[in-house]
Amino acid sequence: MLEIKNLHAIVESEGIEILKGVNLTVNKGEIHAIMGPNGSGKSTLAKVVAGHPNYEVTDGDILFNGESILELDPDERAHAGLFLAFQYPVEVPGVTNTTLLRESYNTIAASRGREELDPLEFDDYIQGKLELVEMNPDFLERSVNTGFSGGEKKRNEIFQMAVLQPVLSLLDETDSGLDIDALRIVADGINKLHGDDDGVVLITHYQRLLNYIVPDYVHVMIGGKIVKSGGKELAFELEEKGYDWLESLATVNGEAK
Amino acid sequence: MSETKALESMIGEEYKYGFTTDVEYEDFPIGINEDIVRLISGKKNEPEWMTEFRLKAYRAWTEMKEPSWFNATYEKPKFDKLQFYSAPKNTPKLNSLDEVDPNIRETYEKLGIPLEEQKMLSGVAVDAVFDSVSIFTTFKEKLAEAGVIFCSISEAVREYPELVKKYMGSVVPVRDNFYAALNSAVFSDGSFCYVPKDTICPMELSTYFRINNMNSGQFERTLIIAEENSHVSYLEGCTAPMYDEHQLHAAVVELIAMDNAEIKYSTIQNWYSGDEDGRGGIYNFVTKRGACRGHHSKISWTQLETGSAVTLKYPSVILQGDYSVGEFYSVAVTNKRQQADTGTKMIHLGKNTKSTIISKGISAGNSNNSYRGEVKFSKKADNARNYSQCDSMLIGQTCGAHTFPYIESANPTGKVEHEATTSRVGEEQIFYLQQRGISEQDAISLIVNGFCKEVLKELPMEFAVEANKLLGIKLEGSVG
Repeated sequence: MLEIKNLHAIVESEGIEILKGVNLTVNKGEIHAIMGPNGSGKSTLAKVVAGHPNYEVTDGDILFNGESILELDPDERAHAGLFLAFQYPVEVPGVTNTTLLRESYNTIAASRGREELDPLEFDDYIQGKLELVEMNPDFLERSVNTGFSGGEKKRNEIFQMAVLQPVLSLLDETDSGLDIDALRIVADGINKLHGDDDGVVLITHYQRLLNYIVPDYVHVMIGGKIVKSGGKELAFELEEKGYDWLESLATVNGEAK
Repeated sequence: MSETKALESMIGEEYKYGFTTDVEYEDFPIGINEDIVRLISGKKNEPEWMTEFRLKAYRAWTEMKEPSWFNATYEKPKFDKLQFYSAPKNTPKLNSLDEVDPNIRETYEKLGIPLEEQKMLSGVAVDAVFDSVSIFTTFKEKLAEAGVIFCSISEAVREYPELVKKYMGSVVPVRDNFYAALNSAVFSDGSFCYVPKDTICPMELSTYFRINNMNSGQFERTLIIAEENSHVSYLEGCTAPMYDEHQLHAAVVELIAMDNAEIKYSTIQNWYSGDEDGRGGIYNFVTKRGACRGHHSKISWTQLETGSAVTLKYPSVILQGDYSVGEFYSVAVTNKRQQADTGTKMIHLGKNTKSTIISKGISAGNSNNSYRGEVKFSKKADNARNYSQCDSMLIGQTCGAHTFPYIESANPTGKVEHEATTSRVGEEQIFYLQQRGISEQDAISLIVNGFCKEVLKELPMEFAVEANKLLGIKLEGSVG
């Protein structure tokens, strides 16, 4: 479903290369975890796949359902079924969660030929989704992420994922800043949402999240490349040994990290 | 693809009201002196006391200097080149709409202001002011049944001299400031409204100001009086054609609220703002002030300022009566080379008086947007309270936003709360919304609309659509 081929990307304003040839394939029904130290390019990879304007792809390709999405705007990628749960969800004062979600839902629905929902139908529809992440309904009338605690913001991302029903979800450090109870709620939500027809990419720093969401594959990213891939047991190995033992793999071809 | 360009195309959406109406004008000399002031008064068949009021103001004006304390620079108007009175030919007192010049009627229709009463928005009475004269006032009879007087100020001078004499200049004295003095000398038309005791005005009142003539200024004068236990809501809208020269608009608005009376005054200002290089556009120099004379009275100003090359405007409330309430809700949008220095004054004189100020400034392009507000608690204003919130939003790197709050308290029991924020419409915000499937333009529109929400909800419902349109909610332009 998602094929990333030899992806190179730079920060547009500075010309610094962050992604240095990433290869990754995600199929339907799979959960992938991407782990790695700070600054390894994990979050950049998620943003580039979602189409963030600060980055420019200089080489390689991103295929989604067999088609290159490099020329698509971020909203068009979202219409295709791509979802990014942000590491730092953005505040939008004065715009309620309901307003945003209904607009999002209907825009995506329209682009995919699904039926749009009027405000009352939409209200019914999201009630069930609220329970999934144990959100108080009051929360719907609050401004998007404005004045939310760190944990609430992360839960809101998963709530949006539940409402929008993406085909591929990239979850960028969704576990950071969550206490143990919130982590469990968020992880349960993701597990319930994931099925045979969608893919999930978890970007995480710690193995902790993977106790709750069991990945099919674990990848280690260092220096803008995936340097090692394996099954879920790789995560435990990393937890035990850290990333140092893999650093040397990032400098093959004499290229420094 | 940048958010700045998209936003500029949105806010800077081509000015739709820039057309000119071809009408024949009465001849009127250029420049200003006592004879011209007398001539204006004569055109309007004014009584002697009104002529004297004007002359007194003119003499005061000649001794005054044009102010320069605000945060804006512009070429001073050339008063000797200006035509101070501009009236379309053949507009004597009209009894029916059929007598209105068809060209002028068409103008208002193009602007979306039909003058035929049956076509009007439900329950909105309109006074249409074209250059210097009031063209037509709708729903007069229906208002009269309720005892409400709504007419042009010229008519009020003739028909209700006692009321005009008593109240005109009582809130904004002729010597108040340079442009108020000028207006008092040469004001041509405007609206007059009187709501008697124990009366709720049965419909929204509105005046639609149109400047058409290239070389004329518009000096309108509005006076609204709400007697004990009465209530009135009034809205003004403004547009002008696109000319390369600046045009001057210097209005004076006075509001008077007696015991338990409430006046809600809303403005949607969309004068032509000039081009990219700052050529043309209206100078909008306006004195608006309300007096809460009675106890438990309330005056509320709501403004959506999107047009004009230069705006200097501080709708204010003098809180005389005990327990009186003053409110100011403002959205000021500047783009291109526009300059706005706008805000309010809340002067607390009575006990337990309360004021609220919510100001939202949005700057884009090379524009400059300043909030200037004064909150004053006098010695006798026990337990006065003010809450001020001034938020600025910047779009792009070449615009400016400034906040100048002044607080003066002579009474230790007063309480002032002031909050201010400045934010930038960020790439991250737009990317976030785009990632949720929303297009770039819709994303910007959502962000701007969210930012102004607290103010927009204060506008009368009938005009919410116009306000949204102005803010670019319905985007037609393409993304840059």
